[in-house]
Parts: sequence; C-alpha cells; structure tokens
Amino acid sequence: MNGSSRPRGGTGKKSNRAKSEARLGWLIAGPAFFIMLSVTAYPIAQAVYDSLFSFRLTAPDDRSFVFLQNYLTIFSDVEVFWQALGVTLFVTVVTVAVELVLGFGLALVMHKALKRIRGALRTAILVPYGIITVVSAFAWYYMFDINSGFVNNWFSWVPGIDSDLDWFANFPTAITIIMASEIWKTTPFIALLLLAGLAQVPDELVEAAKVDGASWRQQMTRVILPNMKAAIMVAVLFRALDAFRIFDNVFIMTNGSANTEVLSLLAYRTSIGRLEIGLGSAVSVILFICVLLICFIAIKFFKVDLASGTDAKGGK
Amino acid sequence: MASNGKLTGRQRLGWTVLTVVVLLYALFPVAAILATSFKTQADLGNASFLPSSWTWENYQMILVGDAQGLFLTALRNSIGITLIATFIAVVLATLCAYAIARLDFPGKKIILGSALAVSIFPVISVVTPLFNLWRNIGLYDTWLGLIIPYLSLTLPISIWTLAAFFRQIPWDLEQAAQVDGATQWQAFRRAIVPLAMPGVFTTAIIAFFIAWNDFVYGISLTSTEAARPVPAALAFFTGASQFEEPTGAISAAAIVVTIPVVVLVLLFQRQIVSGLTQGAVKG
Repeated sequence: MNGSSRPRGGTGKKSNRAKSEARLGWLIAGPAFFIMLSVTAYPIAQAVYDSLFSFRLTAPDDRSFVFLQNYLTIFSDVEVFWQALGVTLFVTVVTVAVELVLGFGLALVMHKALKRIRGALRTAILVPYGIITVVSAFAWYYMFDINSGFVNNWFSWVPGIDSDLDWFANFPTAITIIMASEIWKTTPFIALLLLAGLAQVPDELVEAAKVDGASWRQQMTRVILPNMKAAIMVAVLFRALDAFRIFDNVFIMTNGSANTEVLSLLAYRTSIGRLEIGLGSAVSVILFICVLLICFIAIKFFKVDLASGTDAKGGK
Repeated sequence: MASNGKLTGRQRLGWTVLTVVVLLYALFPVAAILATSFKTQADLGNASFLPSSWTWENYQMILVGDAQGLFLTALRNSIGITLIATFIAVVLATLCAYAIARLDFPGKKIILGSALAVSIFPVISVVTPLFNLWRNIGLYDTWLGLIIPYLSLTLPISIWTLAAFFRQIPWDLEQAAQVDGATQWQAFRRAIVPLAMPGVFTTAIIAFFIAWNDFVYGISLTSTEAARPVPAALAFFTGASQFEEPTGAISAAAIVVTIPVVVLVLLFQRQIVSGLTQGAVKG
C-alpha cells in the first residue's frame, strides 16, 4: 500500500484549472475527512497521553506522571490481561475459521440455488446480519439460560446435558455459546463477500475445467478458490478485526465471568467501570496496537491488497 | 445458472432439505426470542420452546405499562440519534465520494485510506478518552454526544460504498445534457441525480443499520434516559421487583427494535447486498 509513484500534475506548473479543482475537491471532501480524524485520531492520541499517568476519576487530584508504569502493571498481570488476550485470540481464530467454512457453504448454496428460491434464501441469510448484536446475544442467552432456556430440556439425551447444566458457569460451555452467537450473527457478511467473489469467477474457466474432466473437488481447488483469493482475504481480514473487538455478546451473556473476559471488556471495565482512566487508556492503546498488528501481518504476509480489492485503483 | 432445467427427484429433495436447513439456521434464534416474548411470567421457566399460553403482557409492559418510560424514551433516543447520524453521514459522504470519483485533486488516496483505517478502529479504544472529554465539555449523556461518535462508525463505510458506486456512473451524460442546452446544474440534476439516488439510498440503509446496532458508545457515553439508546437500555433493564427476571420484557423489546430492521432488509435486500459487496470487494 505504498503511495503512488505516478508523477503528479504533469509537467511544469499546474494550470489554474487543476488548482481550482483541487481546492473544490478538498472543500467538499474535507468535512467528512476532518470529522473522521477528529473522532478517532484525536481521542487515540489523548489515550496515549492519558496512559502515561496514574489517574482515576475518583481521585482527580492525585494525577501524576508515571511513564510506562501502567503498561508494566498490565503486562505483569497474568490472571487478567494475558488471559483476556488469550481468550480474545482464541475467539478470533475459531470464529473466523468456522465462519469461513460455513460462509463458503452458504455462498455456494446461494450461488447454485434455483432462481425461484435464491431471493428467499438471500433474504433469510441477511436476517441475522440485520439483527442487533445485543438482541442476538439475548436470544442465544435465553435459549441456554438455566432458568428460561429450553435447550437443556431438548437435549437431555445428550451425555453431559441435563436440566442442571448451567452453560454460563463454565468456560468451555460459556465461550462456546458466545462464539456460536458471534458466528450466527456475522457469517452472513462473509457469505455475501464470498458470493460476490464467486460471481467474479469466469464461467468459461469452470466450463473449460469441466470439459477437461476435472472432478468437482479439482474445479474447487484449482479453478474457483484461486480465483476468489482476493475476496477470501478481504473477508478474513475484516472479520478477524471485527472478532478481535468482540464486546456486546460477552457483556450480555457473562459480563466476563467464567474467565470469558476479552480485551474490549477489560478496557471498558477498567476505565468506565472502575474509572481508572490511566490504566484503562493503556489497555485501549494496547488493543489499538493489536489491531494494527493484525492488519500489518495480513497485508505483509498474506498480501491482502485492500486498495485494489476495493477498486481504488481507479482513483487517478 | 445452468441448473435451471428439469431436476431429478433426488436433486429436488436435496435442494428442499438444503433450503430448510439454511432457513432454520438463519431464523431459529429469532423465532426463539419471539416465542419467549409471548410467555407469561410464570411460563418463562417451562423449559419448552413455545409458551404454554400466549400473552401480550410483555408488549403491554414496555409499550403502555410500567416499563414504558424506560423503553419508549430509549426507542425515541435510538430513532432520533440514528436518523440524525445517518443523515449527516450520508450528506458528508456523498460530497466526499463525489469529489473522489469526479475531481482530480491530491490527497484522494489519503482520504480513502483514512476511511479504511477508521473503519477498522477498535471503538473501545476511543471510548475512554471520549468519556473523559465529553464529561468535561458537557456532551456526556446527550444526543450530540452520541451523534458525533456514531459518525466514526457510519462515515467510512458510506464513503467507500458511495465512491465505488459513483465510479460506475457514466459522467459523460452530464456533458451530453449540457451540449443539448441544459445548464450545468440542470444537467447534473436531470442526468446524474437519478443515477446516484439508488446508491445514496442504499448507503443510508447500511449506515442506519450500523448506528442502530451500536452498543459500546451507547453504554459508555450515556448514564440516564436522556440519551441512552435501546441496545444499551436493554442491557440495564431490571424486572418489576428484584425477584422477577425481566426476560419477557427484554424479549418483547428486542422484537420491537428488530422489526424495523427486518422490514428494511426484506424490502431492500437486493440493494443492500450490492451496496455491501460493492464497498468491500471489487476486483
């Protein structure tokens, strides 16, 4: 994603027309740009600054500069921080992997379905995406809740499930339901991106492979998937970034109990729950750096070209 | 596709099963919370999917009963804040995307790049400083205090979707209209606006979704009914007494806030799909 190497503005000095076009461009594009930056760049700078202070809102006069002390405190806290990071990474990897497989399946079904039912299928698949995350979290929570849920009753024949099973009291079961709700809610997004990717695979290529006697599996791995690489990479990156920021469903279902605390929740509870602005800011900064790292790794090692994946090459 | 001809019996069965499985997958959790919303207080623990007797009491409670104050104010906040944020985002993004698609000026890549950067930004990272700042300047727990951060959610995707959309508009039409004697403004209005409207509209729906879905800003930057939107209000619902779980009321409220979104999805699914995928994958 390096800047363009195209020499700008042609030869010599710019014409008046180019100048006025540039001025008009910034005049009408500027407000959106300015707002985006002021709502994000400024607060993150403030967070970096605040993270260097020992500062709680309950004792605002005790504010003092402690340099990296907050970060040291966080990094030395195995029970809280490293565990939250581990859970967050676990959730990210598992949900993205499952969603990729499930989403590809859904995309194939939508792609191949008869015209008559294609619209209905697509509408149904869009429903989870349109549902508010909090509503989805409550729906899943009530299904499994020990008091109001019916799952224990329905699946009492499965070994390990009986009417006393409290899904949200143990880490393995609680995190499973949290991930299930996340997967249910966001798989449609991946399915839609992959469907768009599928639509871009040239039909002639698939036909040619069929004529040459390629099996279904060979068509998939040799023709279809390689041609969808860009779509798959973009989908994985966006979902991974999104999953890493998971918050709503954890907050609703366990609020971090049963060791299900994730980084976002830790940041929220430190700063807004306990009003430890300095410490909370440090967690926020760490979360931000993690997201940057994921992007960097994706772009560097998996060669996700976001700019060309989004048609930005047309911007000359 | 190629499979539009006659199907064998087995293929037809396969497709039927597949369709049912997909529909079940997509709709089951919604059906579950819908069923819960019709259970009576005594029925909530009945350990079955359907209520043993159907009741509207949960809807009554949140719309005209005890929880009315809580829910209706939150609903009003949600609708107001989301609509204003959507409107501002779409106006600004339309201008911005028009400039990107149409004009030649240095910094276009910077604008698109920063929109992308903002969209991957972890919301929770900016919420702590905003919480602190808003309290100092009096924006905490106000509509404006949520509208501004919502723009960070809605602007980036609006800019990307609209820029992708505007690039496909045949701008030559505008010149053609001018040659035919229209003024610049007339040419723009008659030739371009009708072509651009569907994209703007789609973007508005997507932006509305995203703002309607917010939870982190909602619980962090509000503390009372003055500005708390529905998703956040749901999380702080309590029962009529401390022994009474608010399960029924929350389920009913969840259904009420889901209906407008599902209606929008049903009405505009084609545009939503093309808008989402246009903004994200185009290669």
